Amino acid sequence: MRLLIGLLALVAGLVALPERGAAQTTAQGILQQYGDDVAKGSRKGSEPAIAALRDSGLPAAAVVLEKWLERDLWRRNADGLFVYVAPAGDEMKLIDIDTGAEVGAAPKGDLTQLRPSGGVRPMIAAALVAFRLIDPDPEKRRAALDAIARDAEKDHLPALRAAMAKEKDPALAAMMDRLARILAIRFGDSDAERIAAIESFAGDTALDARAALNPLVATTRGAAASLPDAANLKRELELGDDLTEDEAWALLVEAGIAPPRISGADKRAALGAHIVDGRAGGVPVPELSDPAARDRAYAALAAAGAAPPTVTDAEARAILEANVYFERWQEPSAAVAEAADDALGAIETRVTLLQAFDLLLDALSLGSIYFLAAIGLAITFGVMRVINMAHGEFIMMGAYTGYVVQLFISDYTVSILVALPLAFAVTFLAGVALERLVIRWLYKRPLETLLATFGISIALQQIFKNIFGTQARPLTAPGWLDGAWVLNDIVGISWIRIAIFVMAAVFLVAFLFVMKRTRLGLEVRAVTQNPSMAASMGIDPDRINMLTFGLGSGIAGVAGVAIGLYAKVTSELGQDYIVQSFMTVVVGGVGSIWGAVAGAGLVGLLQKIIEYFNPSNTLAAQTYMILFVILFIQFRPKGIVALKGRAAGD
Amino acid sequence: MSKRFIASAALALAIASPAAADIKVGVLHSLSGTMAISETTLKDTMLMLIEQQNAKGGLLGQKLVPVVVDPASDWPLFAEKARELLTVEKVDVMFGCWTSVSRKSVLPVIEELNGLLFYPVQYEGEESSKNVFYTGAAPNQQAIPATDYFLEELGVEKFALLGTDYVYPRTTNRILEAYLKSKGIAESDIFVNYTPFGHSDWSKIVADVVALGADGKKVGVISTINGDANIGFYKELAAAGVSADDIPVVAFSVGEEELSGLDTSNLVGHLAAWNYFQSADTPINAEFIKAWKAYAGEKRVTNDPMEAHVIGFEMWVKAVEKAGSAEVDKVREAMYGLEVPNLTGGTARMLPNHHLTKPVLIGEIRADGQFDIISQTEPVPGDAWTDFLPESAVLESDWKDLNCGMYNTETKTCVQLKSNY
Amino acid sequence: MSRKPFILRNPSVLVFLLALAAFTAAVTLMSEAFGAGLISTSFVKTLGKTLCLCLIAVAMDLVWGYCGILSLGHFAFFGLGGYMIGMWLMYARTEEIVLAASAAEAIPPTAQELSDAIAVQIFGVVGGSELPPVWSFAHSLPLQLLLVLLLPGLFALVFGWLAFRSRVTGVYLSILTQAGTLALSLWLFQNDSGLRGNNGLSGLQNIPGLDDVPQAVVSVWLLWASALALGGFYLLAAWTVSGKFGSVIRGIRDDEARVRFLGYSVEGYKLFVFTLTAMIAAIAGALYYPQAGIVNPAEVAPIASIYLAVWVAIGGRGKLWGAVIGAAAVSLLSSWFTGGQAPSIPLGFYTVVWVDWWQVLLGLGFVAITLFAPNGVAGLIERIFVREAK
Repeated sequence: MRLLIGLLALVAGLVALPERGAAQTTAQGILQQYGDDVAKGSRKGSEPAIAALRDSGLPAAAVVLEKWLERDLWRRNADGLFVYVAPAGDEMKLIDIDTGAEVGAAPKGDLTQLRPSGGVRPMIAAALVAFRLIDPDPEKRRAALDAIARDAEKDHLPALRAAMAKEKDPALAAMMDRLARILAIRFGDSDAERIAAIESFAGDTALDARAALNPLVATTRGAAASLPDAANLKRELELGDDLTEDEAWALLVEAGIAPPRISGADKRAALGAHIVDGRAGGVPVPELSDPAARDRAYAALAAAGAAPPTVTDAEARAILEANVYFERWQEPSAAVAEAADDALGAIETRVTLLQAFDLLLDALSLGSIYFLAAIGLAITFGVMRVINMAHGEFIMMGAYTGYVVQLFISDYTVSILVALPLAFAVTFLAGVALERLVIRWLYKRPLETLLATFGISIALQQIFKNIFGTQARPLTAPGWLDGAWVLNDIVGISWIRIAIFVMAAVFLVAFLFVMKRTRLGLEVRAVTQNPSMAASMGIDPDRINMLTFGLGSGIAGVAGVAIGLYAKVTSELGQDYIVQSFMTVVVGGVGSIWGAVAGAGLVGLLQKIIEYFNPSNTLAAQTYMILFVILFIQFRPKGIVALKGRAAGD
Repeated sequence: MSKRFIASAALALAIASPAAADIKVGVLHSLSGTMAISETTLKDTMLMLIEQQNAKGGLLGQKLVPVVVDPASDWPLFAEKARELLTVEKVDVMFGCWTSVSRKSVLPVIEELNGLLFYPVQYEGEESSKNVFYTGAAPNQQAIPATDYFLEELGVEKFALLGTDYVYPRTTNRILEAYLKSKGIAESDIFVNYTPFGHSDWSKIVADVVALGADGKKVGVISTINGDANIGFYKELAAAGVSADDIPVVAFSVGEEELSGLDTSNLVGHLAAWNYFQSADTPINAEFIKAWKAYAGEKRVTNDPMEAHVIGFEMWVKAVEKAGSAEVDKVREAMYGLEVPNLTGGTARMLPNHHLTKPVLIGEIRADGQFDIISQTEPVPGDAWTDFLPESAVLESDWKDLNCGMYNTETKTCVQLKSNY
Repeated sequence: MSRKPFILRNPSVLVFLLALAAFTAAVTLMSEAFGAGLISTSFVKTLGKTLCLCLIAVAMDLVWGYCGILSLGHFAFFGLGGYMIGMWLMYARTEEIVLAASAAEAIPPTAQELSDAIAVQIFGVVGGSELPPVWSFAHSLPLQLLLVLLLPGLFALVFGWLAFRSRVTGVYLSILTQAGTLALSLWLFQNDSGLRGNNGLSGLQNIPGLDDVPQAVVSVWLLWASALALGGFYLLAAWTVSGKFGSVIRGIRDDEARVRFLGYSVEGYKLFVFTLTAMIAAIAGALYYPQAGIVNPAEVAPIASIYLAVWVAIGGRGKLWGAVIGAAAVSLLSSWFTGGQAPSIPLGFYTVVWVDWWQVLLGLGFVAITLFAPNGVAGLIERIFVREAK
């Protein structure tokens, strides 16, 4: 194929192509050798070209590779010439890749840009390591280290050590030292060197260290008549304790010691192939729907030599016991493997602890999201005893407010700062309107409040769907909330989640302050405890109810902005949180803000723990969490933080 | 409101009663509910294609009349609407459905009434109906080539199969697991996770994926995550600092339409596998995009299921012309072997198993929400029954010669003539 | 003291039953299979399904309108009933196919091979190949019919016993029932649960053994069955609420504590009504889904149960015929509005498309009913009649 392409090019007489494999004196020559494969961009096709450039010793080679990586290498469609380009008016100026001289111009349509794929990019970066390690630009040297970390090769080790000796930047020097030790584990010359490198990582939980150690402790299992005398034997396996009989049999089959078991399908096929006069193996065909009859018939077939014989249980037992089973390291040197095993053993304990800590962080984060979603509800439901099924829609309104603000204010930091109070204002007003128009009339009929607010909820959902469409809308966090706080390779949490946690904490404090330290809070508590007494003390319960409901709704709006930032904004966003919010409030204990805190913490933690035990199915975690909550309520109807004199019904 | 009822047939009749001589094309796509966002585009595509065909003088000298109904993302309603289209409206052909469950809901009805459905979306296979032409990708036209790309081009050694918990990811992942094992990937190197629709709490799952790299193998993610949930997933990936160079993600359900709702700057370099990308550089595609933008608006994007409808519609038109009639059985027999150009180059041919030959494209996400096509295969023939699951490997679908969609090649019998729902 | 028969003491029940019979006869005479063909088969199915919804509305009215328990979980029982009958329908139909296919094979299949083949057929399309344990009884129609009653009944009994025992009432109970419904639908959504996840059970309209009977006929049969069930349970419900039992549960609705102090076992009464209505709901579901053709977790979603409450509230709580009217009217209206057949209203600057705005109208209309007509449409009708009678 390649030859054919080369020949075609030769015939066309466009580029004088030297014979393949001959030493090339220009980068162009090397690239032309693999011209169409390079242009196609496949990994296999590009590999030889990259290797040839790397090993060519040409001064232009490093630049070509760099440009290729940066997508600055182009190819002229007409003759396949590789060039760099520079814009010149409507056309592109073509620059020779070896000399840097201008070799003409062409319209963009006549050129093809080389776009190295995710498979080719690391190969180019790896080829560039030798050049980049000695580059004066520290960023280039760092890029070289990244490339080594991704795709280490044996050649990298000496190059790395040479560069290390000259490195002035202490941070880079430290990185190089670490990388050199990692490479030494894999490519070290002697066992002693490798073991020393392994031991230098004792207790190191970083991903790269574990990634270097883990392949060393991989094992394979085998079976044989007697224990082999190999150097890398790990241990003998006990039948029954370390492996089941079926596993052992599979090993025996693999080693060619035992015949494979004959499956039911095989038996059926064999019988089907030997039907004589309506009988197979001497048994009438209609009776073969009975498994015992089948076995009998097959045994008869096997006895007649028409089918491979089955192994009886007793024979199988004897074969199983006559052989030994063992595990051996894939790593040829047992000493290295054992050193790695020891080092990993210590690391794993720490990793487990750190994972538990990370899980706790996740749970806290989820809990804080539930708390934010539920705190408004804790006020309206807990304090006022009003069920607001449209609470989720208030959260959704807050999130859409954030989205709309971002349409007008392009600076994300400013837009969030504007969106938070605006979302509060919007949902506060909506809440007040709802209370004045609907809920006020239903204080004596709590079940009907539930249904009426549900009506509001479906109407609001549909209205927002009509306005904003069904597609999710982006609500983008400011740049300084990008990324994550990373303690190490195991423990980390995104800044946005930390921000949500902080926000939840701020709300908690603010709520406590309002309730305990302000006139409003005093009046709210008074109305909650005894409305008629409060009214006789000169408090207007109507006004207080309205303000309380507005406050709860406003907080839902602010929570909506936070939730939109970390997930998505759709008209169904509220639905995802409403049931969980109610659970949070009910589990925690109605009427107490600390109840909401406890409820959110419990629900978040529980969900994460269930997820931990069943990592492949997140849906199951949610299901079991809800079931747990239902049961919990049955046995502790007042929730975790129970106020005196409250039953779960009144 | 749960739309579990269809409205009165009499009313339906009152809305559209075209002349009897017209050829009627039923369009069965959700125009409201959760799937509306995806399916409305396909309804518009169909209306545009029908309009174009009528401008060319119709079909067999008759006008094409679209009959649009709204099954409202409600699965039982799909069956009702299909029955209504076939018995009340008496359509000659239907184009429709998106989700697998909606197709399963419609299947018994069109098989009972001998209708004809063109289904335009990539799906999980393991089905063959005499009355359905599958113009989207079967698993071997999307999932398997994408996995090959991971194995061969990116050198991925450890796989995280993340999906939304429904039939398409479940079946696809089951096929992929079997395929990966056949390629020598150990079971312990395949991590599978299912999340609910619209899932948003991704931190632990992303952390689990990152932790997979602890044994020094290159990790890749094959994502069959559906719809909105992708937003939270990609946000969390970006927050965790996972770049496409470290852990590449290939998605089967993320296209131009989905990306238009996302800030793609953090996703650059991640992959998607389809049979069509808007960025495909061919004259016929440029023409289609131009016509679409003129019809639907400058900002609209094109995507893979739209191409499937374009091919399906063109093929149906050719088949009707070839058969000289819009009668279902005649059209069906005329379909086999027909060829229509793909928008991405090459031709799509209708196979006797009701699938198309399609090229498989792998695209890298660009910052502008479009894809760089980095790999394009020769057209791959679609396979109704996967070769990588033992119980399906023996099955074959051939409606032309064997006249059976579920033919067991071992026992040489037709398992069933209807499809399994 | 001679008492007139129950039916004569309650003329409204008689009127209802006669109306139902007339309706069924009319539909039959206008159907494609048995009459003039004025009503299409798909509309016959719609009407049959509507009767099932009326039946569950009667159950809802019994538990909420009469006993005061606002259950937001009765549609879960409805769905469970559908799942139970659906399992048999799928299994039996698949068994027919597998048996037919294996008849052509040389060696007859063992029972195990047969059930494996059925499992592959049913679960192959959702990425599985084994029959989960929950399908243990699916081969037998009587057992599965028993499960239609027993499983929802047992769920209701356990849930109700736990909840009523702990004196969880009012909105708490509503939220708990809603949470339970959510848990069930999430559980059904999982493929691992063995009920085919999001896909649910499909092809239920094909009744095993009736392959040669056209759907036009089957749909009328199912309509008859639905009408029969609605009539029967309406009678049962009307009889239940008319006697002393009815007085006690109405008492519980109005003031639970007083009834308890009078010496009645409030929990026992509530538990009985809750469980009975759950079983009625399950029967309604078992009749509904063979007409709908597919049952899947979306059917069980909490929203469905809330709509059920909305139907009953709009129709009129505490009136059985109110609940029936509410369910029939609202569900038929919804499908008319959302089916895209209601005419759009151009306002000049904006066109009201009912597909988009029906939900808003329904939501706000519902709020208005709650505020201004707490007894629903039935209450309004009765007020008019009572006024005229005076």
